[in-house]
Amino acid sequence: MSILSVKNLRKTYGDTVAVDGVSFDVAPREVVGLLGPNGAGKTTTINMILGVLEPTAGSIAIDGRSLASDRRAALSRTNFAAVYAPLPGNLTVEQNLRFFGMLYGVRQLGARIDAVIRQFDLERFRNVKCGVLSSGEQTRVSVAKAMLNEPRLLLLDEPTASLDPATADDVRGRIKEFTAGGDGGVLWTSHNMYEVESVCDRVMFLSHGRVLLEGNPKTLPGEHGKGTLEELFIAVAREPLTLER
Amino acid sequence: MDATRVFALLLRQTYLIRGSVSRIIPLFIWVAIDIVLWGFMTKYLNTVTAAGFNFVPVLLGAVLMWDFFTRVMQGVTMAFFEDVWSRNFLNIFASPLSIGEYLAGLVVSSIMTSSVGLLIMLALATAVFGLSFFSYGSALVPFLLVLFTFGIALGIIGCSVVLRLGPSAEWFIWPIPALLSPFAGVFYPISTLPLWMQVIARLLPPSYVFEGMRAIVLGRPFHVSSLAAGAVLSIAAVFVACATFTRVYRHAVHTGLIARYSAESVS
Repeated sequence: MSILSVKNLRKTYGDTVAVDGVSFDVAPREVVGLLGPNGAGKTTTINMILGVLEPTAGSIAIDGRSLASDRRAALSRTNFAAVYAPLPGNLTVEQNLRFFGMLYGVRQLGARIDAVIRQFDLERFRNVKCGVLSSGEQTRVSVAKAMLNEPRLLLLDEPTASLDPATADDVRGRIKEFTAGGDGGVLWTSHNMYEVESVCDRVMFLSHGRVLLEGNPKTLPGEHGKGTLEELFIAVAREPLTLER
Repeated sequence: MDATRVFALLLRQTYLIRGSVSRIIPLFIWVAIDIVLWGFMTKYLNTVTAAGFNFVPVLLGAVLMWDFFTRVMQGVTMAFFEDVWSRNFLNIFASPLSIGEYLAGLVVSSIMTSSVGLLIMLALATAVFGLSFFSYGSALVPFLLVLFTFGIALGIIGCSVVLRLGPSAEWFIWPIPALLSPFAGVFYPISTLPLWMQVIARLLPPSYVFEGMRAIVLGRPFHVSSLAAGAVLSIAAVFVACATFTRVYRHAVHTGLIARYSAESVS
């Protein structure tokens, strides 16, 4: 069974179509990259999966639970980190983790907080307010919060955008551990094609709200006459019509 | 409803308050100033008016109860504003927290903060100005409960307004108690008001509370049915407020406003 099943997802704002009939699945232990130029519909899709944006049509099921009819069960199995959703800066790292851990119903919360603090090397920031951390440190706290409930589905919207290469590599390693060590799945957006190639098992290119291309990030560029994923990305952004499926 | 999730919101509010002088002081400073100001005013009035009439329970008691109502309302809105100020809606509403649990968390937070204000007011009014509030015993509880319930309702309505109109609508919320006070008959009988104001007053639960309290303090007949009407109105107000917040939230999810709240509008 898929961890995430998205069928014919559509979102319109008046005459503007933001997402146009997108369907895809994320399997257990799979990292799926959702790629595309700015405004392609990636964040709109993620917001619909997070339940903070109502689809105009289509369905979303997380771990077999319909988001529309069983919202709580679906979201209990989900968590996310996004560069545009930092944790409250007026709470310390530990206070934030405790607050969100309680919202997600994490069992043995104290031990779990200790574990993610260790995992993301946050011990020295435990009692520091998140607002005074560097953007990279804040990102690590956000990813630690996203791991807190050991979600079945992890949504990561540009999780390494503000990290230095070493820390970004470290976070990528943790995400790989997450999929290797359990049966969770990850939906990942990034503009770093090196990262996508190294982390994702499968990628989908969105353009104008539709899935334009889908496949293995290592072989997909060659299948479309491009040398690298970055070249393919640029082609999707500039000449999407030449790449229509 | 999951009590842990409700408690999480209370715990968050406790973390914020205990770590911030600017959140601790407002819990008691304005109510304390009100009690001191009105306490001396009632003392003065007692010296210049006919002997035998005591202004302390009539005016100071009314100020205390009105301030309690205001604190309850602001306790709800302040807990909500914490999520507005820290741009936390995406994190909050993408979690398994239900709207009912969120509103319950705001209410529990308000109980904590308004209790501090009430205790400070009672201590000051009793110790410094001789207000024998406790002499009315448990008879006071229904009056306070009606004010509490209506304060919760108004607080949730205030949250709905800010959720719908964006962070800048915060200023709409602060003057609401002042706007209502002329109609609520805090310091004078409702019969003093012109007819059109009396009609509005009859729709406001606090008017029944203050009419009833005045009757008791002045030794006049008090009809329980009158307070019951206020209680029914205040409970109805809570239902209307919760329905309004839910409707506004659904609109925000439909339009995408939750995810782009700082933009104030998605149009």
